[in-house]
Amino acid sequence: MSANVAAAAQAASSPDDKAAISVKDLRKCFGDHEVLKGISLEAHKGDVISILGSSGSGKSTMLRCINLLETPDSGEVRVDGELIQMKRSRDGHQLPADIRQVERIRANLAMVFQSFNLWSHMTVLENLVAAPTHVLKRPRAECLEQAEALLKRVGIWERRNYYPPHMSGGQQQRAAIARALAMNPKVMLFDEPTSALDPELVGEVLRVMRSLAEEGRTMLVVTHEMGFARDVSSKVMFLHKGEVDTVGEPKEMFARPPTPQFKQFIANFNK
Amino acid sequence: MDFDFYLSTMWSVLKALPLTLEIWFFGIAFGLIIASGLTWLRASGYKFGEYFTRAYVFVFRGSPLLVQLYLIYFGLSQFDFVRHSPILWPILRDPMYCTIVAMALNTAAYESEIFRGALRAVPVGQIEAAKAFGMSAFTRFRLVTLPIALRLALPAYSTEIILMTKATALASVVTIMEMMGTAQKIQHDTFRPIEVLTCAGVIYLLLNLSIARLFAWVEYRLSPHLRPPPEQSQQIKPVPEVL
Repeated sequence: MSANVAAAAQAASSPDDKAAISVKDLRKCFGDHEVLKGISLEAHKGDVISILGSSGSGKSTMLRCINLLETPDSGEVRVDGELIQMKRSRDGHQLPADIRQVERIRANLAMVFQSFNLWSHMTVLENLVAAPTHVLKRPRAECLEQAEALLKRVGIWERRNYYPPHMSGGQQQRAAIARALAMNPKVMLFDEPTSALDPELVGEVLRVMRSLAEEGRTMLVVTHEMGFARDVSSKVMFLHKGEVDTVGEPKEMFARPPTPQFKQFIANFNK
Repeated sequence: MDFDFYLSTMWSVLKALPLTLEIWFFGIAFGLIIASGLTWLRASGYKFGEYFTRAYVFVFRGSPLLVQLYLIYFGLSQFDFVRHSPILWPILRDPMYCTIVAMALNTAAYESEIFRGALRAVPVGQIEAAKAFGMSAFTRFRLVTLPIALRLALPAYSTEIILMTKATALASVVTIMEMMGTAQKIQHDTFRPIEVLTCAGVIYLLLNLSIARLFAWVEYRLSPHLRPPPEQSQQIKPVPEVL
């Protein structure tokens, strides 16, 4: 008991060893259906964590609870050691206590979506500049310069003045990754970034993600790309029916699946 | 064909165009303000707001504009408190103001429905992206929701504006000598309905043609993302789809 208290106090106060993301006992129901049944996760700086699981296992919901796109029913989320404050509404639902805090934290957690979600009425360049100038209040000239550099990096600089509907899915997703990078985020959240792409376009997006992992960015990646999970990530987390089934070192996990569920899961992929 | 008569009628009716445009402009301007308020009330999530806007739309969309205009012009002055009110009476004793009030109240009902539909049609994913990048509710609305919703609302809104142009003709029934009122007077004086009404009709047609082209141009300028991508349009010259 006292050890727990001491550990908790240490976790709250020690600045050197704070996790980039720390999730404790996250729970979420949609109606009667319990999607997350108490999930915990810790990501340190430089971690690339692949979150695997069959559809309906709660992996996307978990990711969306971290930046409060979904409000968890209970549990706590800390970003860089800072706890996201929650309160209860009169009908017992949990709500963010301070929306300013949520907005500030979201700005540090850039997200890449399955369906890109680029703002369709803005050019690629405007997409990259919008949030840094309006949320981070950085000077526009500086943002433009960075945006062009980022677009060169993901290989779509020539399309900087295109509108999203005029680009292929792979180009749109690379633009979306560049948009996320333009926020200089502490952690990047990827929600099935390649699931909406044609098979021949998956490679170009994965190459960009791999280069991000190699430069030591902290990434949480919900994915169905087993190759990426095995070869690029530093940790793999497998969710099954709203619970953490297993967490481990990727090569080890894929070589010797620790649980029957995970064994079954990767067997289905290798068919 | 009596060209001189056509020309003189045309000229007389045209002289009333500024008055028509005045009613039109203030009607849609105040209508837009009321409609924005109604849309905000409806979207605010308050039960009262929803019931109020529903009732408003039910009343002002469900009854004829002519009835509303008569009620405001002839009806409201029956109440003592209206006649003795220092604010209401200067407005409601003036047929011009009454027409503008009736038009604004009426068009606001339609416009609030147009805006409500446009707001609901904004793709959720794009709003979510704005949230995920830490934008505040206001920034989100200004940078993402509003620009997208405006583009979605524009075609239906332009139709409503054209309907309002035609509705200005109703002002003639409360003694306003705008284009329709002027035309009717000439018709009564000369007993030549075909010539006179043709002239008025042609001017309304040309007026609405310009309004439609203006909106088509705005729509074209605002939606480059819905046209073919740049390299395709270099081969095929973009033809603005006006009208």
